[in-house]
This record gives sequence, C-alpha cells and structure tokens, in this order.
Amino acid sequence: MNRFEYVRPRSVAEAVAAGAVPGSAYLAAGTNLLDLMKIGVARPGRLVDLNHLPGLDGIEHQADGAVRIGAQVRNADLAHDPGFRRRFPAVAEALLSGASAQLRNAATVGGNLLQRTRCAWFQDTASACNRRDPGSGCDARGGENRLHAVLGWSEHCIATHPSDFCVPLAALDAVVEVEGPTGRREIALRDFHLLPGTTPERESVLAPGELVVALRLPAEAAGFAAHARYAKLRERTSYAFAVVSAAAALRIVDGRIVAARLALGGVAAKPWRAEEAEAALAGAAPEAAAFRRAAEAALAAARPSGDNAFKIELARRIAVRALTLAAAGTPERLPALPASPFAPLSGGRHV
Amino acid sequence: MSYTITLTINRVPRTLELDDPRITLLDLLRERLDLPGTKKGCDRGQCGACTILLDGRRVNACLALALSHDGAEILTIEGLAEGEALHPMQQAFIAHDAFQCGFCTPGQIMSAIGLVGEGQTGADPERVREGMSGNLCRCGAYRGITEAVVEAARAMAADGQGRAA
Repeated sequence: MNRFEYVRPRSVAEAVAAGAVPGSAYLAAGTNLLDLMKIGVARPGRLVDLNHLPGLDGIEHQADGAVRIGAQVRNADLAHDPGFRRRFPAVAEALLSGASAQLRNAATVGGNLLQRTRCAWFQDTASACNRRDPGSGCDARGGENRLHAVLGWSEHCIATHPSDFCVPLAALDAVVEVEGPTGRREIALRDFHLLPGTTPERESVLAPGELVVALRLPAEAAGFAAHARYAKLRERTSYAFAVVSAAAALRIVDGRIVAARLALGGVAAKPWRAEEAEAALAGAAPEAAAFRRAAEAALAAARPSGDNAFKIELARRIAVRALTLAAAGTPERLPALPASPFAPLSGGRHV
Repeated sequence: MSYTITLTINRVPRTLELDDPRITLLDLLRERLDLPGTKKGCDRGQCGACTILLDGRRVNACLALALSHDGAEILTIEGLAEGEALHPMQQAFIAHDAFQCGFCTPGQIMSAIGLVGEGQTGADPERVREGMSGNLCRCGAYRGITEAVVEAARAMAADGQGRAA
C-alpha cells in the first residue's frame, strides 16, 4: 500500500473541499478501497475519512412514504431496519445476499454504489486494463472471461458492476444525492453508473470531489412491497458475487400485472434496468409464459464478450425465477439463504 | 507525521501513537499490541480469520484502518475468558470439536458471538451456516462449528447473554 495523507473533515463542506484536491479519495468503510490499495490498484495520495462526519448515518422514513438513507449507513443496518425491510423487501434481500456478515456490518451505502469491478484483469496490475490504465488494452478480452459482461460492453472493457444492492435500486428508481464543489445535485441511480464505451475509466457520472451524501427511494417504490424479490446465482452457495442476478417487482390487481419492474445484475458495467421486459409484462397475467417473454425482451440485445454465451440464457432464467418468486408474493421472513435459487419456496433445507 | 488515537481494547482504554496512517486494526493488534490471537489469513476480507468485535459488531480487522476507528471499543479473542472461565462460545467449540488446526478458530468464535448478538438466526442451523459464511475453515470443521454455534446460541439466549460478549 502506498503512503498517503490522512484527512479527517468535521463537516460535509470540509470533506468536499478536501476531496476536490487532485489525488484524493473518500474513505468510507474501506472494505473495497483498502483492499484495492493493498494490491496497488488504487494509489490515492490522500484519504478523506468520512467516518466521523455527522449527519450521514440516518435512515429517515419521510412523510410522503419515501425513505432517505444516509451514505454512511451500513449495509446490515439498512437491511435489518424493520420499516425499510417491510417496504423495500427486494432491496433488503439483495443486501443480505451480498458479501459476508462481517463486511455487511462495515460496508456503507455510498461505498456500495461506488465499488469497483471484480474483474481479475483489473485487479492484476501486471495485466493490461483500460479501466485501470486508460489506453493500455484489455487482457480480459483474450483471457479468462466467462463471468464478464453480455450487455452494454465495448471492445475497450467487458467488466461487470459487482453490486447486488444497486440492482433493485435501479429497478425501483432510487435517486442519489450528491454534494460537490459546485453544490448539491440529484442523480437517478439508473444514470449514475456509466457503460464503458471508449472511456471505461469513467465509472460514474460523479465529477472530481463530488461526494454521495444520501440515497432516496421514492414512495412509489414501496407500492411493490407485496411482490418484490431478488434472485442471485452464485458459483458457491453463499459469500460470492453474482454470476447473474435479477430484481423483480410487480403490482398485481385482479390477477393482472398493472406495473412491473425488472433489473439485472452481473451482466453489464452497470445495474441493468430492463424496460422492454417491463413493457412486455404490463397487463399480462403473472404466469410463466409472460415471464419468459419478458426475459427474452430483457436479453434481446445481449451478446457474448468472450467465453460467456451461457450467461445470456442464465440471465433469462434468473429473470424468470425472480419474476416467479415475486408473483408468488414477498415472504413474511426472508429465506435462510437470501436470493438463492436453492432456497425452497417454503420450509425444508437447501441441500 | 504521527497520529494519536484512543481505543478501548478488551476493556482497557489505550492511547496509541501511530507513526504510519496505513496501519489496520489487524496489524495494530498483532504487531504493536502483542495480541496475536486475531489471525491474519488472506488480509483481504475474504477468509474471516481476523474477525473482531468493533463497538459490538463483527468486522474484518484487516480492512479496518486504525485511524478511522479512533474512540472505538474492540474485543478480541484474548478478551473473552474471565480468568479461567471460558466464554460459552469457547466452551461450545471445545465440546463440539469445532476445529482441527485452530488457525481460523479465533475468527470463528468472534464471528459466532457477533452473530448471536445480531439476533437474526436464533438456533436455526440453516441460518447459522449462512450467517457464518464469512469464516472459512480449510480443515473443514464446519459441522462441528455449526453445532457449537447452535448450542452456544441457545445457552446464551437462556442466560440472557445474547448481547454480552
């Protein structure tokens, strides 16, 4: 790890002023940043520590039904907040399907949004990576790439965004509140992350020095609480990133879907909102045929970026699974294995 | 430049001078405070061997910058027993043969105590297994670990110790 200057601001304004100095990085829990610094992928000249800032760790249930979550709220605290879990169950399920209990106790909402890809080539400083070192090339293209992107990738970068949390957030129209050198602004979560194009080093729309201060879920998102699930396929039962995942949320009235939300994880450099699939579901009966049509629509533009053609059909199937689970109704209590396709619909053991 | 922080470690308040901002809680405990019970496995948050309780919550000490946790309370494996009396979780690990080489054991035990305190699993082995998935055991003592955690969770609930570490 490189040496760095350590700065501990006392207010958001002080933090933003410090963070705007070139070479600075914001430090939340550090579960991703410190790891990347240990392997030399991140080498910030100064760390601006957010852990002693007041006012960033609240979960506010607002009068209009929206919820505002401070950027320093820890993943576990959000997932277990009774009001949040009841009103946004797919988000809680996604949070609890990610990482380990230790990491969820530390990792923050803001940090989760900004976590870096787990592409092995990005993490190996001896490899070419346009995301880490613009213009150097992409060793993932000719290398081990079975878990890489099938949507929205470019010849410059085929990495995926690793977050589970961001997938239902994209589905439910979450809004990111940002404070920066030029003031405060709001960004729709769906517009927050960037596809690689010719500039994969630009991972989000944040300008230098801009700080995520909060995340908001609109009141409308709670309207899906009765039929909202997250499903995630991993290469081992627990404590692994998604191969593919899906967040599905339905409003069902008189046996018909009146509104549908679907987003996919593990398939692109951003959480992938599938609006074509949502349109295909509107007005349909919540049944297998409609779910399959929706999944086809969601992956219509998919193409392999390497040895990963299998992920396209896998993503269709996880979408169908998430929609099927959502249609069956949000369970009173999350299964022992949140989001796992191996969790039984009720009772029983997973293996 | 040096930094001064205060930490309460195993119930003892300490004022510490750090000459390097890079020090993690794990390296602080092991290399500077003579508390090597907390183990360094992967040093990247993947194995759980370095699990400690930080303000009562289980975390990976390898991914926690010491400077960030100025003022915190830390409990490590060395702070569990009271004299000769082992913590119920330590007793349960012995009773259920929940280790072989023992390297992951301090992290397993601290994680298990954190898990009981979180109150999300009860004594359901399925939920305990999932809740302990951040602690790897290369000897494969998982069966004994699960049995130990389930038994200790029951014992701690009966004693009203769910939150006491």
